[in-house]
Amino acid sequence: MTAQPGIGRFGDFGGRYVPEALIPALEQLDEVRRKAMVDPEFVGELDRLHRTYTGRPSIITEVPRFAEHCGGARVILKREDLNHTGSHKINNVLGQALLTKRMGKRRVIAETGAGQHGVATATAAALLGLECVVYMGKVDTERQALNVARMRLLGAEVVAVTNGSQTLKDAVNEALRDWVANVDDTHYVLGTVTGPYPFPEMVRDFHRVIGVEARAQVLDLVGRLPDAVIACVGGGSNAMGIFHRFLDDASVRLVGVEAGGDGVESGRHAARFSGGSRGVLHGAATYVLQDDDGQTIESHSVSAGLDYPSVGPEHAHLFEIGRAEYRSATDDEAMEAFRLLSRTEGILPAIESAHALAGAMELGRELGPDAVLLVSLSGRGDKDVHTAARWFGLLDDQAGMP
Amino acid sequence: MTAAAAPGRTLGSQILAGCREEGRAALIGYLPVGYPTVPESIAAMEALIEGGIDIVEVGVPYSDPLMDGPLIQRATERALDQGCQVDDVFTAVRAVADAGSTAYVMTYWNLVLRRGVERFAADLAGAGGSGLITPDLIPDEAGEWIEASDRHGLDRVFLIAPSSTRERLTVATAACRGFVYAASTMGVTGTRDSVGSAAAQVVEHAREVTDLPLCVGLGVSTRAQAAEVAGYADGVIVGSALVRALGEGGPAAVRALTAELAAGVREGRR
Ligand SMILES: Cc1ncc(COP(=O)(O)O)c(C=O)c1O
Repeated sequence: MTAQPGIGRFGDFGGRYVPEALIPALEQLDEVRRKAMVDPEFVGELDRLHRTYTGRPSIITEVPRFAEHCGGARVILKREDLNHTGSHKINNVLGQALLTKRMGKRRVIAETGAGQHGVATATAAALLGLECVVYMGKVDTERQALNVARMRLLGAEVVAVTNGSQTLKDAVNEALRDWVANVDDTHYVLGTVTGPYPFPEMVRDFHRVIGVEARAQVLDLVGRLPDAVIACVGGGSNAMGIFHRFLDDASVRLVGVEAGGDGVESGRHAARFSGGSRGVLHGAATYVLQDDDGQTIESHSVSAGLDYPSVGPEHAHLFEIGRAEYRSATDDEAMEAFRLLSRTEGILPAIESAHALAGAMELGRELGPDAVLLVSLSGRGDKDVHTAARWFGLLDDQAGMP
Repeated sequence: MTAAAAPGRTLGSQILAGCREEGRAALIGYLPVGYPTVPESIAAMEALIEGGIDIVEVGVPYSDPLMDGPLIQRATERALDQGCQVDDVFTAVRAVADAGSTAYVMTYWNLVLRRGVERFAADLAGAGGSGLITPDLIPDEAGEWIEASDRHGLDRVFLIAPSSTRERLTVATAACRGFVYAASTMGVTGTRDSVGSAAAQVVEHAREVTDLPLCVGLGVSTRAQAAEVAGYADGVIVGSALVRALGEGGPAAVRALTAELAAGVREGRR
C-alpha cells in the first residue's frame, strides 16, 4: 500500500473507504464540526455539559497499594470511570450529539461492543431528544446484558446483530448499512477513532480533553511529566484522547495495550499490531487482522470493548513512526490486574481498562521505582461484574465448578 | 461535460456499445462466486449467459460486505464457509469469457489490496475480465488502481448514488471507464417492490456530466422493473433476485429469470 495524497490521512493510514453514497454526509459532517470547534457557542455548550452533566474534569488518583505490584513505580489513574455513564465514551458522544442537532438531524445510530458507547449514545439521545438505535453483536448482548437493559431504559432501541461473528465488527457493518439507507435524517455516532475521515480526527478531538486535563493534573501532583502514558486500545479512542496532548513531549512514552486474548501465538486475540497487517476495514486504511485473501479474521478477548479486528488509523501511524508502542495483555493478565486493583484500591475497573493496568504492571517492573506512570482508567467495572464473578468462580450456582 | 477517460476497448465496453446501437439497455447479472459451491456458481454464470445476459458481474465473497443486504450476505457467508477463495474468482472470470461473455468483478477493496493491486489487475486481465466494480472505493482513494487499470487495459466502475452532488457526479464519472454504476436508492443490495424515482433522477443528472453508459443497480428484480429502468438507463443490473433464484431453483431457475429480464430490457426501448 502506498501513501495516497487524499484527505484525512495519518501518514499512509486513514482515508475514506466507503460507498460514494456516504461522501456527501461525511463532507457535511466535516464542515459542520470544523466550524463548531471554533464556534464559542458550541465549545461553550460542550464545556458546560462536561462540567454539569458528565462531571469533568475527571480526577486523578494515585494508587500506591496497586503500585506495589508495578515494580514500585508511582502509578496515577486518570479516572474516566467516574464520568456519567461510567466511561470515557460520553466525551465523544456529547460532542457528536450536539453536532447532530446542528446538522438538523433527528435520529442517531451507534454500534457498541461492551455497551458503554451504546449507553453513552442512548444517554445523549435522551438528553437532547433524539431517536436512537444501537447495533450490538448478539454475542455481546449476551455478555453485556446489563448494558442492553440500560440502553432500553434510556429509550433506545437495541438491535442484536446475528450475522458474521456477531460481535463489534458486525455491529459496525450493520450501522453503516443503516446509515447509507437513512443518511438524510440520521447521524452515525461512531464510537471510536476509526471509520472514514473525519471520524478518526473528530472523535480524537472530542476525547483530547482527557490528556489535556491529565497532563496538568500530573504536573501539579508530581512536579514533572510522567515517564509513560498507558491506555488500552480497542478502536483506540481513550488512548488517542489521553495520548494526544503528550505527542510533543518526547520524554513521555506512549504505550497502547491491546487485547492478547488467549495469547498472540494462539491466534485467538485482538492484537492488531503484533498479529495483524496493513489493510482496510470499516472505511479506514489501518492495521487489520486478516487472512492471506484479505478476509477479516475474528478477534477474541474477554473484553467486549477490545474485541475488534482493526484499530484507529492514527494509532497505525504512531506505531509506524515509532512514537507510540503497542503491547498486549492476555485475558489472564487483564483479569489478574482487575482483581488486584479491586482488592488493593477498592476500584472495580472495566475489563477493557484492566488491560491498561496489566500494561502498567509490566512496564512498572521494567522501569522500576523511579518511574511515574499515568494510566487511563477508561471505565468502571459495574457492567463486568457478572463476567468477572464467573471468571473468579464467585457465583453461588458455580459452586463446585472446576 | 467533462472528458471521460480514454475510450474503453474492453469486451464489456464493446458489448455496451453494441446494445446502444440496438437502441436498448444492456442486461448485467450479478452472482457471487462460490455460492452454493464454486462449480455450481460457475454453472449458474453460464446459465446467465444462456438466458441472454449481456455482461456478468462476478461477486467476490467478503467477510464484511457493508453494501450488501441479507440475501447476498447469506450467500457470500456460505461461500466463505465452504472455503471459497479469491483465486476462484479468476476461474469464474475465465469460464464466463469462454462461454462468450465477459465479466466485471465486484469486489470490496481490501481483497484487492491484500493480493496487491497490480497482481489483481494482471490476474483479471489474464482471465479475460473487463474490469472492476468497487463499491467501497471512491476515485479519491483509487490512485493505484487507476494506474494499474490503465496498464492492463481494464475498465474501472465507480458508483454514483442519489445523494451525489453535481461535484461528486463529475469526480466519479470522470474516473470511470466502461460504464458508471448508478445506485438506484440510498441503501444496500436486495429486492424491492419498486425501483423508485431517485434512479431516473441520478441518471438524468449524470448524463449532464458524462457520455459513458449509465447502468442502474440495486432493487431491480422483475421483468417489469427491468423494462422500466431500461426506459432511461443504458444498463440494468440485477443481483439479489438472481441469487434468490439460484438458491431456490439452481441454474435452471437462473436461466429462466434471465430470459424474463432479457425480454424486459427489450420492452423498455427508448
Ligand atoms: C471502558 C472502555 N474502555 C475502552 C474501550 C475501548 O474503546 P477505545 O479503544 O476506543 O477506547 C471501551 C469500549 O467499549 C470501553 O467501554
